[in-house]
Amino acid sequence: MTRLRALAQFLWDFVVGDDWRIALAVAVALGITALIGHAGWFVLPLVVAAVLTLSVVEVARARR
Amino acid sequence: MSATQLGLAVSVFLACSVEAVEALTIVLAVGSTRSWRSAFTGVGVALLALAAITAALGPALTAIPLNTLRVVVGALLLIFGLQWLRKAILRSSGLKALHDEAAAFAEETVAAREAGEIPRERLDAYSFLIAFKGSFLEGLEVVFIALTFGANQHDVGLAAIAAAIAVIVVVLAGAALRAPLARVPENTMKFVVGVMLTSFGIFWGGEGAGAHWPGADASLLWVIPVIALFSLGLVSGLRRTERLGVAA
Repeated sequence: MTRLRALAQFLWDFVVGDDWRIALAVAVALGITALIGHAGWFVLPLVVAAVLTLSVVEVARARR
Repeated sequence: MSATQLGLAVSVFLACSVEAVEALTIVLAVGSTRSWRSAFTGVGVALLALAAITAALGPALTAIPLNTLRVVVGALLLIFGLQWLRKAILRSSGLKALHDEAAAFAEETVAAREAGEIPRERLDAYSFLIAFKGSFLEGLEVVFIALTFGANQHDVGLAAIAAAIAVIVVVLAGAALRAPLARVPENTMKFVVGVMLTSFGIFWGGEGAGAHWPGADASLLWVIPVIALFSLGLVSGLRRTERLGVAA
């Protein structure tokens, strides 16, 4: 069980990394793109810009 | 070579170089302090394990239908790319310490010296494990990047060649210097890799999810510069905020 947990932790760290909101935002953005269809190309660039800004600005705020 | 193939080759080469530099530091530290034979055995076993993963996942990935593959690959490239880019932005703006190969080497060397006696007749378990772990973990991400990029472009061979050239260049440089490659601009390379992975992830993820890019493949010509400029803008903004914060 401990090994299984360690493997799960490793996979989480490997795929999701330091900020889980990035993975969540990517999954949600892909879902919205699929819902919009042909015209949904703008969703991913906007979500990437927003989540990247949010993630780094939060680190800057935490240091103050 | 098309622009997309060039993007694939450059991204895999840079990603692999950065990870190889970090693995080299670990192997040099345990090898020079304890046992070269054990360290090289660890690297060899790690390379075999990475080759086995590549052989198992490569054909499986290429068997997935193209649109599904593009969504999966797009999502993975985006998540990996944004992680690389996030770290590179934080390091460039001074919010996170730069990765220092000389310091990492010194730290690994101290740990290796304190790890007990070195067996003369048999394999040194410490050197073997540290070299294995370092090479395997640093290599795993490169394997994923090379496989996902390569499978989507139906050019795993090109990705493998780019990765192999990067490893050979780093190993030759390490062998010539017999020291960690502290002068390699790791953060700049990570920044470029992050921009490329994120851009290709946006493009392929969008296509796989059913979006039609205006200008089709040519849209990468604006997606990559836009992501690069946006990231540089974040670095500049964070630096300014840091300076104002220090001055206040």
